[in-house]
Amino acid sequence: MANMAVNIAGVEWKNPVTTGSGTFGFGREYSEYFDLSELGAVCLKALSAVPRLGNPSPRIAETEKGILNSVGLQNPGAEAFLEKELSWLRTYDTKLIANLCGSTVEDYIAVAEILGDNVDMFELNISCPNVKEGGMAFGTSAKMIEEITSKVKAVAKVPLIVKLSPNVTDIAEMARAAEAGGADVISLINTLLGMKIDIKTRRPILHNNMGGLSGPAVKPVAVRMVYQVRQAVSIPIIGMGGITTGEDAIEFMLAGANAVAVGTAGIVDPYAWIRVRNGIEKYLDDNGIADVNDIVGTVQMNGK
Amino acid sequence: MICELVKKQRLSETIYDFTVRCPEMAAKAKPGQFLHILCGGDAYLRRPISICDVIGGRDIRFIFETRGKGTENLAKYKIGEKLDILGPLGNGFTIYPEDTDAILLIGGGIGIFPLLNLAKQCKGKATVLLGFRNKDAVLLADEFRAVSKNVFIATDDGSCGYHGFVTDVMQNITASNAVSRIYTCGPTPMMQKIAEMAASKNIPCQVSLEERMGCGVGACVTCTCKVNGANKRVCKDGPVFDGREVEWNG
Repeated sequence: MANMAVNIAGVEWKNPVTTGSGTFGFGREYSEYFDLSELGAVCLKALSAVPRLGNPSPRIAETEKGILNSVGLQNPGAEAFLEKELSWLRTYDTKLIANLCGSTVEDYIAVAEILGDNVDMFELNISCPNVKEGGMAFGTSAKMIEEITSKVKAVAKVPLIVKLSPNVTDIAEMARAAEAGGADVISLINTLLGMKIDIKTRRPILHNNMGGLSGPAVKPVAVRMVYQVRQAVSIPIIGMGGITTGEDAIEFMLAGANAVAVGTAGIVDPYAWIRVRNGIEKYLDDNGIADVNDIVGTVQMNGK
Repeated sequence: MICELVKKQRLSETIYDFTVRCPEMAAKAKPGQFLHILCGGDAYLRRPISICDVIGGRDIRFIFETRGKGTENLAKYKIGEKLDILGPLGNGFTIYPEDTDAILLIGGGIGIFPLLNLAKQCKGKATVLLGFRNKDAVLLADEFRAVSKNVFIATDDGSCGYHGFVTDVMQNITASNAVSRIYTCGPTPMMQKIAEMAASKNIPCQVSLEERMGCGVGACVTCTCKVNGANKRVCKDGPVFDGREVEWNG
């Protein structure tokens, strides 16, 4: 059996599979389907300093091999999370990643301070397309990425992941900005901004009109961006975007991801996370690879 | 859960009646709960379909209308083929055995299906009001009659039963009879009116809501509705809610 353990900025994960923030809640629902200790880490639904109601329904629309969502970062707030969810989550042998969101830089700092070192890692959500303020507005400007990363890093007591938006011209520039700001890890991609129109009513299906596209439809874009970011920075990368099988995860790792997140696939199949983990292990064993870390970034580009 | 399709009937141009073998799910299923079904083909997400009945303790029956690529693909499945189903999911109807006065079950169109198992569980005490567009759209009337105290049918065009809406029939019944409880599933405007009429007469009323859904298990929080000032998940907290607490325009 191949070694599946990975070290992500000093945090030991037993395997390279985590959950895409926002697809997994705080884990309770899927704990009825599998043991959360089977995952390298659990990335939790975005938390803000104060509770957020999110957007009105419909919040989801099906597209070709994917979905659009416009949940809008609904969450009970970081304090309620600590009070009601943390101790239960800590009964599982897995790392916890809190996804931080806010409307201003101060909001992000506030939620980082509330959470302190109660979780193992932070993921800075500067890439959500479904909120009017904050979110993607921070994540589409290199200058803003560097500034917010350095300010949150200054108060963060745990390693800081910066989650990048794909809705940019040059993803490598954004990754370099995050690294320059002190990011310990980069995760990508968040959702691609999209829209679906109901041709009977001639209105968008989502109440919010536009939403974030995820699922297999975005996978080639995500793999390409992971590769470009791998060329641009030296910090670890958590790759995501449409991963449904172990083979998908291997593609991301070959492109340069040190770990992977599965999200939308789990909305269709609650066992997707376990299937991906098992699929990675099977690929390694089938190909006689002793350590999952050995495949990271080993894609051989044509013409090189 | 992988379940075999053991019975399939086409009830009309667009309505299909499926029975799947799933002893584990059948043992747990309660009226008002739903199945989350992988439909195959180009449909990416599962489709939530309400449980119509539990048969022989080992089979679940569900009836659906073909409305888009998911349900159209589901309709193509043949007897003996296997379906990937999650369930039973959600909070269904709550039955109160101590109810002594009339129990009204009010369904509209394809909303009548989850009421069949509920009518059975009411053990002959249910008065069922079924509303349809016209005579051709009337379904399951005899099955409801076999397990209920009374069945009233209303059609929009008067081609079968009462000419008008089920809410008119409900008005007549509640005007002259004591009613313990109302259960309803159907189009939102119908359920809103029923919930408001029930509240005005102080009759407890359970409504079964519908919303565009993702995971079906409560994690993705896409199918939210407003209940008592808070966001509730139709799939996990519902689909059945207290009619007095639902904010219909929330």
